[in-house]
Amino acid sequence: MAEAVDFKVIGTSPVRPDGVDKVTGRAQYGADLNLPNMIYGRVLRSPHAHARIKRVDTSKARAIPGVYAVVSGADFPQAQHGEIGGEGGGDISDLAKNIMARDKVLYHGHAVAAVAARSQQVAEQALAAIEVEYEVLKPVLDVLEAMQPEAPLLDDKLFTKNLPEKPEKPSNIAAVMQLARGNVDQGFEQADVIVEGEYRIPMAHQGYIEPHACIANTNEAGQSTVWCCTQGHFEFRAMTAKVLNMNVADLKFIASEIGGGFGGKTVVYLEPVAVLLSRKARRPVKMMMSREEVFRATGPTSGTVCRVKVGAKKDGTLTAAKAWLAYEAGAYAGAPMGPGAMSIFAPYALENFKVEAFDVLVNKPKVAAYRAPGAPQSMHAMECALDELARKLNMDPLDLRMKNAADEGTQAPYGPKFPVIGLKACLNAAKAHPNYTKALPEGAGRGVAVGFWFNVGMQSSAEVHINENGTVTVVEGNPDIGGSRASMCLMAAETLGVPYEQVRALIGDTESTGFSNVTGGSRTTFATGMAVVRACEDIIAQCRARAAATWGVDDDQVLWEDGQAIPAPGVNADVKPLTLADIAANAAKTGGPLLGRASLNAQGAGASFSVNIADVQVDRDTGKVDVLSFTAIQDAGRAIHKAYVEGQMQGGAAQGIGWALNEEYIFNADGVMENAGFLDYRMPVASDLPMIDTHIVEVPNPSHPYGVRGVGETPIVAPLAAMANAVRDAIGIRINDLPLSPPRVLAVLDA
Amino acid sequence: MARVVFPGHLLAVTGGEREVVVAAGNVRDLLTALEQRFPGAREALSRSAMAIDGQIYQDAFLEPLQADSEVFFMQRIEGG
Amino acid sequence: MSKIQVTTSVNGEEVEFLCEAQQTLLDVLRETLGRTGTKEGCATGDCGACSVLVDDRLICACLMLAVEAGGHEITTIEGIATDEGLHPIQQKFLEHAALQCGICTPGLIVATKSLLDRHPNPDETTIRYWLAGNLCRCTGYDKIVRAVQDVARDLAHPA
Repeated sequence: MAEAVDFKVIGTSPVRPDGVDKVTGRAQYGADLNLPNMIYGRVLRSPHAHARIKRVDTSKARAIPGVYAVVSGADFPQAQHGEIGGEGGGDISDLAKNIMARDKVLYHGHAVAAVAARSQQVAEQALAAIEVEYEVLKPVLDVLEAMQPEAPLLDDKLFTKNLPEKPEKPSNIAAVMQLARGNVDQGFEQADVIVEGEYRIPMAHQGYIEPHACIANTNEAGQSTVWCCTQGHFEFRAMTAKVLNMNVADLKFIASEIGGGFGGKTVVYLEPVAVLLSRKARRPVKMMMSREEVFRATGPTSGTVCRVKVGAKKDGTLTAAKAWLAYEAGAYAGAPMGPGAMSIFAPYALENFKVEAFDVLVNKPKVAAYRAPGAPQSMHAMECALDELARKLNMDPLDLRMKNAADEGTQAPYGPKFPVIGLKACLNAAKAHPNYTKALPEGAGRGVAVGFWFNVGMQSSAEVHINENGTVTVVEGNPDIGGSRASMCLMAAETLGVPYEQVRALIGDTESTGFSNVTGGSRTTFATGMAVVRACEDIIAQCRARAAATWGVDDDQVLWEDGQAIPAPGVNADVKPLTLADIAANAAKTGGPLLGRASLNAQGAGASFSVNIADVQVDRDTGKVDVLSFTAIQDAGRAIHKAYVEGQMQGGAAQGIGWALNEEYIFNADGVMENAGFLDYRMPVASDLPMIDTHIVEVPNPSHPYGVRGVGETPIVAPLAAMANAVRDAIGIRINDLPLSPPRVLAVLDA
Repeated sequence: MARVVFPGHLLAVTGGEREVVVAAGNVRDLLTALEQRFPGAREALSRSAMAIDGQIYQDAFLEPLQADSEVFFMQRIEGG
Repeated sequence: MSKIQVTTSVNGEEVEFLCEAQQTLLDVLRETLGRTGTKEGCATGDCGACSVLVDDRLICACLMLAVEAGGHEITTIEGIATDEGLHPIQQKFLEHAALQCGICTPGLIVATKSLLDRHPNPDETTIRYWLAGNLCRCTGYDKIVRAVQDVARDLAHPA
């Protein structure tokens, strides 16, 4: 792995290659494409949170002039069980039923049918003409209620997985998970101080500003081209093929630019429907979700109930920790309770712990990934409990964490020993940061918390083409959500030894580049970066061979340095160095075009730890919490593009702050979301936040050529507890549940 | 000989055994050995992530194992 | 139902279109006039992704009917850069990495132009409150505010 002092371009912040198009409105997002002969698709959605579908009659809709196709569950292939595969996992049958209900609707907004018509207006008329007969059932909307044996069942064929004996009765608990080490009871007996609490976090949405949108175009041979906004067009192709029982080779997916994802665009919703409609209509079908549909019918993240108990000795050494975590899965199994359970105690060296986690069905939309899925919920509980523990011990909260901090060699709660990690470096940076010691205004409060995410590697492919003039084109398959093209260009430029300006990056569609898993999971700079670096190394090997051939020496007598081929020391050849441009210009004579490639399943993803410091002021008349200061400190391994790493830290912080202070899904007793719009689903606006100070720690990951650790997800984890701890500091009362919205804070203040 | 540890959700396929010691030079051979010991376990084990000597792998197959490697099977991690 | 003919000016160019009574300016800009730089994030005026200038007023195009455009001067993101190149606001957004996914960026740039046309020397609070109508989910607004401050500085003291 290269040493930092040698870098020419890595660590700088050049303008991204796709930037000009994005500031001028040229860049094309999911809804920006129009095709000739195009028609419009719309979805009919369930008005009930829980019901059996007795009958769907689309005949009247079909009869309306200008309606070209109508589909419902019956038009889809039988939903087969099987692994979805890809980065997300889960069951294909559940995915298929979520995309279009078959015998039951399980949440308000669940897709029941869809039409394609010559205009949005005619499509709406057609939706209104579809008759659906429902047998309305009682919904269950609370995770604890759903776990009770007498709760209404969403799936009477679902039996809880991973219990020691297969249960006799079906349940809304899809799966349980347990992690344990040592003896917690003994550990608590050894404790001088114990803190216990129950913490509730609401269901929240990723809140990307761009609603889902796609166009599907199918020919008479059954081949479809789909343009869509997605975090992973290869995974979308795979999912669509499985849901529709199609050959992946008959599906071409083109990723548009994407207006935010955060995990929410790693699963398909519209695409298989659009393909089916376009197949029937034999015309391109454009589908766009409204903002309401995004809230009601895409995948938010789990609301949770977390019970935590922590014990420590007088000197702050943790002796035991216990957690009981119930996660809402929504309509189908798949809550991120596993990562939640694995991450809750990850930052700490613990001899005795026990975690029990539950994946629970409720009549709400099926949850999807949201930035470090599962971790914000569980770690909020632990970080709040530690804050209370620090108070009881009269100990600085950062010192308490440092005393127990995991380090290289510490056994993680999920089994393996940590390789080199940066938690202590982050804690030290926090302690030393001026924002930790700066004066607080009268009545304000300060809170800290630790965050963590595993990060993943997975599969990526890359090709590198050297153009005739020596410029470089990098082709890879990861939609650019946050500046990844720039990072790929930086890594390519660094590896090849050429200026950044000489490199271009292209996101290939599923027919023009090799397979890649999603842009998500904090994997893109890490894994796709690794593939780009290897493809460049392939180019370098070829260039050395071409230079050797040109000079009449052996390959191993040629070195590559600073973007040039030079003879190795001691080699007797009176020749000038050959640049990439020189070699490219002569490529026809030395073997043909210069094309480098690499594909890999990247292993060795490095975990990323963070520490956040939040200062807040609480208005005692209104309960409003103002954020005075926020500091995000995170181990990035190596920041390839410094400004975009800061951007991830700041963006994740804003989402965490929003979730802590205001964001929540509000359901009425019938299971209808009452705040399905940006007015009442209250995300942070510019006037809600101060500047978000960042400090990048770099403890390089030995498994990446440049030491990269994923950074995208960790930032959302710590803000929840940092905010809760700051509010506790400000008002002297601990509020366990989120969000800390004005009515809730006021109720506590007034009590 | 690799020390292999199973998480709670895989105990169903290992007949409740939480920890075993297996002779295998790489993951492919490890899975074969575990299938022999716990018939029917291969599918669930192949779908798991695993940590080998501290590094987490999502699709391990060819990875080599040392004489004293520690292998922890884990739930796959989905990101966002 | 017969369509209504509207004559207006978009980015300095006279434009004529036919529209239905209930279509918004956003609908027409994107679908009839092919100007897809203005984005739809919510269609209820809550996110600002469809920000345009109507004469010198900052408007959510989703909250204005297309028929109301007659006789006005509409400025969209496509009209911000000139033959000389990018507007300083666009340039500074790029330099400060004030965009990640970029979907809110057109709206923010139009809103920023409106701000600086009225308040050439805004303090941080003024910037944040002026831009409070433009949701960004990616950046946390930090680099956006810094970019705007930088433009204001340049406008106040041209190099």
